[in-house]
Amino acid sequence: MPDQPYDLIVGLETHVQLLTQTKLFCGCSTKFGAAPNTQTCPVCIGLPGSLPVMNRKAFRLGLVAAIALNCEIPEFTKWDRKQYYYPDLPKGYQISQYDLPMSKSGWLEISDPKGRFATKKVGIIRAHLEEDAGKSLHDEAAGKADSRIDLNRTGTPLLEIVSAPDIRSTEETRAYLTELKLLLTYLNVSDCNMQEGSLRVDANVNIHIQTLQGKIATPIVEIKNLNSFRFIERALAYEAKRQYDVWQETGRKMGDPGTFKQTRGWDDAKGVTFSQREKEESSDYRYFPDPDLCPVITLAGDVREVRGSLAELPAAMRHRLEKSYGITPYDSDVIVAQGQPLVTYYEEVARIGGDGKKAANWVTQEVLRVLNEQAWSLEKFPLTAGALGELVKLVVAGEIEITRAKEVFNDMVAHKRSAAESMAALGIGKVDSSELEAICREIVAANPKIVADVKSGKQQAVGALVGQAKKKNPNANPNDVRRICLEIIERM
Amino acid sequence: MSLTAHSAADLLRDLAARKVSSVELVNAYAERIRRLDGQIKAFLHVDFDAALARAKEIDGRRAAGKPVGKLGGLPVAIKDVLCTQGIKTTCASKILQNFVPPYDATVVRKLKEADAVILGKTNMDEFAMGGSTENSAYFKTTNPWDTSRVPGGSSGGAAACLAAGMAPLSIGTDTGGSIRQPAAFCGVTGIKPTYGRVSRYGLVAFASSLDQIGPLGRSAEDCALLLEAIAGHDPRDSTSADLPVPEYAKSVSQPLAGLKLGLVREYFGKGLDSEIEAAVREAVKVYQSLGATVKELSMPHSKYGIATYYIIAPSEASSNLARYDGVHYGYRTDEKAMLDELAAEQKKYEAENNTKKLADLDTPLIRLYRKTRAEGFGPEVKRRIMLGTYTLSAGYYDAYYLKALKVRRLIRQDYDRAFEEVDFLVGPTTPNPAFKLGEKTDDPLAMYLEDLYTVTLNLAGLGGISLPCGFTKSGLPIGLQLQCRPFDEERLLRAAAMYQRATDWHTKRPTIGGKE
Repeated sequence: MPDQPYDLIVGLETHVQLLTQTKLFCGCSTKFGAAPNTQTCPVCIGLPGSLPVMNRKAFRLGLVAAIALNCEIPEFTKWDRKQYYYPDLPKGYQISQYDLPMSKSGWLEISDPKGRFATKKVGIIRAHLEEDAGKSLHDEAAGKADSRIDLNRTGTPLLEIVSAPDIRSTEETRAYLTELKLLLTYLNVSDCNMQEGSLRVDANVNIHIQTLQGKIATPIVEIKNLNSFRFIERALAYEAKRQYDVWQETGRKMGDPGTFKQTRGWDDAKGVTFSQREKEESSDYRYFPDPDLCPVITLAGDVREVRGSLAELPAAMRHRLEKSYGITPYDSDVIVAQGQPLVTYYEEVARIGGDGKKAANWVTQEVLRVLNEQAWSLEKFPLTAGALGELVKLVVAGEIEITRAKEVFNDMVAHKRSAAESMAALGIGKVDSSELEAICREIVAANPKIVADVKSGKQQAVGALVGQAKKKNPNANPNDVRRICLEIIERM
Repeated sequence: MSLTAHSAADLLRDLAARKVSSVELVNAYAERIRRLDGQIKAFLHVDFDAALARAKEIDGRRAAGKPVGKLGGLPVAIKDVLCTQGIKTTCASKILQNFVPPYDATVVRKLKEADAVILGKTNMDEFAMGGSTENSAYFKTTNPWDTSRVPGGSSGGAAACLAAGMAPLSIGTDTGGSIRQPAAFCGVTGIKPTYGRVSRYGLVAFASSLDQIGPLGRSAEDCALLLEAIAGHDPRDSTSADLPVPEYAKSVSQPLAGLKLGLVREYFGKGLDSEIEAAVREAVKVYQSLGATVKELSMPHSKYGIATYYIIAPSEASSNLARYDGVHYGYRTDEKAMLDELAAEQKKYEAENNTKKLADLDTPLIRLYRKTRAEGFGPEVKRRIMLGTYTLSAGYYDAYYLKALKVRRLIRQDYDRAFEEVDFLVGPTTPNPAFKLGEKTDDPLAMYLEDLYTVTLNLAGLGGISLPCGFTKSGLPIGLQLQCRPFDEERLLRAAAMYQRATDWHTKRPTIGGKE
């Protein structure tokens, strides 16, 4: 946004549901989509007398994510109660972490293969664990305005990741969220499924305006519950302009008397943000340490053990692919963004095919095209990496030219055949050199005008002969036809 | 002598020897409850049919030579603050008037596994907040020694049913003295175990960091039986201690040699009733005659106990009781009346054109919360919710809650230092004997001061016992308190039993109901 008279300043609070079988403080299933209130027990519905017991797997997933986000892991962390009343919060408080979170002070590197922004580290202020609330379903049919509560989600483990206000554009916002999502899915920490609410984003946004008197910051606005990347980009773009307009109109800046942090929602249909909390209202959550839970101690050895157990992370993987296979950052980004299975697939194709760049072209163009067209996941893709690798190998060896190779590829996908089988079925084979020589002689003899053109120095005229050669034998290699025909004409 | 006059330990021996059946026992206690509980009002709920069915099943098993649990058919009364599956659990509050838990507290489960027979649920101060059982939303329990007096609280029903011979064993809870003080007032024995000794799962929370379940009985030996059945680690309670449970019942009769008792100077200051002081000093002499040495020492921070307790306990309570909002279970205000009230207010403000009042008008949800809680909680509970909400609020947290946590640590340090020198601290359980019903209901502060000698033990998370050590001239029981090191209940019970073998205070019975 170079033409705008202001800088966009964004900090993101991202909630991700952790991939545990059971809830954070009880043994109920966290599976999505069950009939309402069927995945509950006295603990997660907060019945009198019930007590929480920490899910160690959830804590470990939190640690894995925090360590991958380069966070410091304090030795001591504890659980706090965040208190507020809402019907889908059955205990009247949410168990969360307040002043001593399980991790803090990390960063996530973002970059753009298209070069729209320079590679940068976005600070992570903290990442902490907390339990999810239930769902309120407001049924306003027949004017009854009944509300229904589903407590299946209550107690599902969440990791809240709070970024520093280091993000400067909608492109950086998308890059941050994409990279975060990729990292967490690679780590198996979360499935980050936005439709199912496994990844939810709140954005804190304001703008810095360059004026003659210096830089001015507008009051911070929190935009809640942005449930798709597209919504987030649109909401941020809208909000930046809105804040600029409000500033032009009122001149109000951050810290002025009567200014406060506003909470706004995003209405995607109307394409506007709208105020959700009108009045200044200091919500006092009366945090205090939960006396039902013990503090958690994480020793340096535990952190080392988790760090040692981490699989290769996306950023490292991209660098390795670029170095080992000589592919571009753009290609490595496309491949890694598809997830670990495609990376493994690509590496196998590159190994067998013997050319990393060509393998990348086949995978990022042909394979992804078919996956997109068919809406398949890689597991459904009929070509094994070995089969595609064989085809690439033939291309690399010049055994088959590229347009014919694509026909073979399509045939292999359609009939689940090997490259050799498809080539046989399509009648593709290398043409014997004496046969090719004969074809060339024939067409040279039949095209005196082209011969004359070539003789007069218009070498490109020979191109017309290639098409004729292919009509006589579709396997004729265009380069070979061109070369042989020129040799014949030369000798004439 | 009737069945109900015996100690639980004796009854258990007779049950095992098949001299008596569980059914006979249940019938005997049921008969006394029918006869006396109209006057004592110790029980909120009894189910004799269920108790008899259970007793019959246990008797049958014993007759068939099959294994029978440690409590072998003994009836037990349970304070109505422990969840009992399928049996109403009200906490003596209107807000839980119809609450039937779908699960058993771990202690209840363990009692069932030990083949105890649940007689009923006993009365208490609402949500265990109080020291007289006058804060029950249902009725006041009286003291069997003088029915014009309180039985103490909050486990008033638990202590009174024992004193009146309506149960041989009783489960109570102690957050600031709620087992020990009613035990003292009713002339029975009650133990508050070390925090973490007994699972709190299924105990409806008042102040989670202070609450602990414990047994009441007619002797240390009876308490040992019951504690052994309910103690132990519970994976459902993160704060329960993963330590083995000693065989309390077996060891309780072994005396302790070379006992070192600490006499805390601060426990004998202003406000202590002179008859109680005399009885306690006499009890100390009994111990000396049994070979104990006594050392006077100081607990300099004990004077902050009440102030600290009345910040920490209400803070936790304000949070623990937030769930009673009328949405998911329990009492809910009349919705139609609530909506009509709101509509009338809106109409009124509209007519007055009062935009401020209109803007501030509750949403129906907020009004539902307000009215449900206003109608469902009694005054003492509301007082503590307000106190705790205040002490946890932004701007006050550091000055109250955080400061109280620091004092709490200092109080524990006093204990740790004392226990470097002595085995047990000995002193009065309460500064005064049982007071008259209604005497302190208008003066909450005076009521709070009755907890003077008991609250520090909860703040420190340690164990203690109250046992009868005499009577006032007017015939009211006096309680002696022994306090012990963490998880030292085994020796605490032995020390108490030593005293009870040398004295007969614990065998005295009130005259109510005639000779048992």
